[in-house]
Amino acid sequence: MSSADLTSERDLPPKRETASKGDLAPEPDGPRDTGMDDASLHRWLTRAWRTPPGIIGALSSVDHKVIARRYLITAFIFLCLGGLNAVAMRVQLSGPQRGLIGPDLYNQLFTMHGVTMMFLFAVPIVQATGIYLVPLMVGTRNIAFPRLNAFGYWIYVSGGAFAWISFLLNMAPDVGWFAYVPLSGPEFSPGKRADVWAQMITYTEVSSLAVAVATIVTVFKQRAPGMSLDKIPLYVWALLVTSFVVVFAMPAVMITSTFLILDRLVGTHIFNPAEGGDALLFQHLFWFFGHPEVYIIFLPATGMVSSIIPAFARRPTFGHLGLVLSLISVGFLSFGLWVHHMFATGLPKLGASFFTASSMLIAIPNGVQIFCWLATLWDGRPVIRTPLLFVFGFFFIFVIGGLTGVMLASVPLDLQVHDTYFVVAHFHYVLIGGSVFPLLGAAYFWFPKITGRMMSERLGRWHFGLAFIGFNAAFFPMHLVGLWGMPRRVYTYSAELGWGNINLFISAGAMLFFLSFVLFTFNLIHGALKGAPAGDNPWDAGTLEWATSSPPPSYNFTRIPIVTNVEPLWAERETLPVATGLRVDVRELLISTVAEAHPDIREKSATPSIWPLLAAIAVGATFLYSIFTPWAIVWGAVPIALTLVGWFWPKGDPEDEE
Amino acid sequence: MKRLAWTGFGTACVFLQGCSGWQSALDPKGPAASELAWLIWFFTALCAVIWVLVMIALATPLLMRPLARSEPLALDSGADRRKLRVVVIAVGLTAAIVVGLTLLSFFANRTLAAIGSDAALTIRVTGHQWWWEVRYEDATPSRILTTANEIHIPAGEPVRLLLTSTDVIHSFWVPSLSGKLDLIPGHINVLDIKADKPGVYRGQCAEFCGAQHANMGTFIIAEPRAKFDAWWNDQLQPAGPPASDEAKAGEDLFLSRPCVMCHRIGGTPAGGTVAPDLTHIASRRTLAAGTLTMSRGNLAAWIADPQGVKPGSHMPVVELNGDELNAIVAYLEGLK
Repeated sequence: MSSADLTSERDLPPKRETASKGDLAPEPDGPRDTGMDDASLHRWLTRAWRTPPGIIGALSSVDHKVIARRYLITAFIFLCLGGLNAVAMRVQLSGPQRGLIGPDLYNQLFTMHGVTMMFLFAVPIVQATGIYLVPLMVGTRNIAFPRLNAFGYWIYVSGGAFAWISFLLNMAPDVGWFAYVPLSGPEFSPGKRADVWAQMITYTEVSSLAVAVATIVTVFKQRAPGMSLDKIPLYVWALLVTSFVVVFAMPAVMITSTFLILDRLVGTHIFNPAEGGDALLFQHLFWFFGHPEVYIIFLPATGMVSSIIPAFARRPTFGHLGLVLSLISVGFLSFGLWVHHMFATGLPKLGASFFTASSMLIAIPNGVQIFCWLATLWDGRPVIRTPLLFVFGFFFIFVIGGLTGVMLASVPLDLQVHDTYFVVAHFHYVLIGGSVFPLLGAAYFWFPKITGRMMSERLGRWHFGLAFIGFNAAFFPMHLVGLWGMPRRVYTYSAELGWGNINLFISAGAMLFFLSFVLFTFNLIHGALKGAPAGDNPWDAGTLEWATSSPPPSYNFTRIPIVTNVEPLWAERETLPVATGLRVDVRELLISTVAEAHPDIREKSATPSIWPLLAAIAVGATFLYSIFTPWAIVWGAVPIALTLVGWFWPKGDPEDEE
Repeated sequence: MKRLAWTGFGTACVFLQGCSGWQSALDPKGPAASELAWLIWFFTALCAVIWVLVMIALATPLLMRPLARSEPLALDSGADRRKLRVVVIAVGLTAAIVVGLTLLSFFANRTLAAIGSDAALTIRVTGHQWWWEVRYEDATPSRILTTANEIHIPAGEPVRLLLTSTDVIHSFWVPSLSGKLDLIPGHINVLDIKADKPGVYRGQCAEFCGAQHANMGTFIIAEPRAKFDAWWNDQLQPAGPPASDEAKAGEDLFLSRPCVMCHRIGGTPAGGTVAPDLTHIASRRTLAAGTLTMSRGNLAAWIADPQGVKPGSHMPVVELNGDELNAIVAYLEGLK
């Protein structure tokens, strides 16, 4: 942001002081950014906001951009690992009665594939993108609760490492990513494999709840002045709705996995039908989380689409309000259709029909989104760049996935295709089409912001072509082979069933799809090292993250911008109006009101701290140990309490003393 | 001519692989599967039309004139109003289609529910890791029949299946006859099936149930009523005496080895119920729930190396020398 000549500079209200504290010595006040020139502002702000040097400094970082970069890289590594799982499975399934992989390993492979992709890749990466972009898009200096955010990352890494080290030790879960009881119960899954599943879920629950809470508060309280509810970018809306879905959905799976652990570890019989428990209860609890989970992955991707399309269609998104309302209604409706995962369990027919209706209903807000995006694109010839190509891929693939979703919503039809490769095809069309393609588009779109360099457009087009062809070749035939009777999660099939050739074709497509990611990785590395310099706003996009330099400084914005439009950079072509009055010698944020984003108070933002890491180690060790003995909870409570005391120990800050 | 046409169709299907297979939802052989196949095709056609329309709408702007506007915020409000109208109409159509499809699937559900309302024959199917226990219910206790993995039914008559499980959740699915339904411990699910014509219809477990989920096949064998009644009567008979000395030796071995702990053979002291009933094992088409076809060689292979044939299965290895193995195989082979 160039703020050399400001069109308007508004002073913030002085920091609020309560009357009762009036007798205290006046708070020592440091230098403010009012009237300060850019060079000295940069010096002051860098000193206040930078991540401390050294290894301890790096581990203490609470900069949302640093944490987000770590999240993105870690999630990308898990994507590659999950992809390797898939490659191994496709080699085994490429012909009938292949003996390459036995059932014991195969069942671990498909479980690890599902668990990795859902819990270690998809949810973390969409949240991580939010951690990076939301504070920039709302024009603030850091995410809310930055230490909690850092803690979330460390917990996520330990959960992922826990799962994958278990896999290397041949004790990875082998009960499917949804680990139905009684199969995952103590009687039918002796050993530690199912415990690894249950505890890995716990890690990811904790970390995604932490991120969700931080995101919600950032969006509600830290928006730049003027960014009233109607001027919040759609991407930020999407992350906000997603975070609420996380907050309401994660407790359901937390209960599921905790009950399972209790059944396994201390012999409760919550899910044991022989002792008056119920096996179906698990499925209800799990899918009450599991269906919203799909939207946790999908909604942020719609936000990415809503960011990419306007940049290349050269106009604001058509139907902004309609898109916001459909995001919110999708968030609500996502909790009302979990039963469509359970039609084959023999529910009463009338009840099942209700869930057919609710599942079909969600097609309407999703339809609104699709139509609004198309209407945005209709405004003349869009500029075609790699990010937009991936959005086209998203339309092509996701619409197929959505329509087969309508087929699955029909109870009778579902009974034929449930738990077959048709469903495998469906949810890969929804999740890869609906989330991974927008994510890849987003990678090309925001890569220049994160690294300051462009990715290669030529390689990007090759990447898109390879991914698009590979994906469709791998997954479209799965619809057919599912209708021809091939169930999911089979490690082999007999030649007489006639699925051999089509599976060979699918495997070839899967290899192509995997190759496209190799190309993508190359493009990422090449771009980061040798890409052309990007400048602040290479796409001439309209939202605030493009107002700052690429990569952004540790303090994000030299001065806090004032927002006058949903696309502020398009509305204020010359310079952005800014608000001043924040202290520059300490980490200070501008807190604004929820609805109108009026500047409200100045608030301290947490400084770097090693305690989140130490607390995460204590929590992680407790979770890990608890798969062996319930006493882990008792002994683990001690280091957890100690690290939390360290974390929250008062620092003698005058603000704390108040 | 018609036959020729069908042959041509059949060849095309062989080329397409499996659409005329014996385990395909697109090759219905009973009223439920026919109704569902119709539903699948209808939904597919409608969805294809919608998808093509969306793709046309997506491709249109690429062919339009280049953008005249230089500033992204300089919008044409008249054009936006027209667009709004189109979007509202599209959303309205979406809603109408969604309501239509909901009603369609509701009525299809009613049609399916009516298929088995007058079923005279009730069969209890119990899922086990990894085989199916099949019990023919009858008011006369002596006519209750227990067998495994193959379900004989009278063709053209609705049959009621009571589905449950004693261990984990399984799912019963014979796609060419009907949709699937889960077998859940502690629950009993009712699935009515009907095969229009005599024939063999393959199915397999559709809910992941552990190591050998992939090898948990079943066959529905639909026969004319008279043949079915004869089959039931045959199956009710205890196993006949061994036909040869070798088979007799096999029977003695069977009864003196751990085999009897799990398997039942009617007319002998073998009375285990945790594994398939072997009274008429040689009359079945396959071994180990559809894993191997029934033959002398496969019987020997299965008994000698169950963990090689079906890794993780609950059939243990019983130490036998070559002669002993041959004797047991000879005995089992005679259990028609």
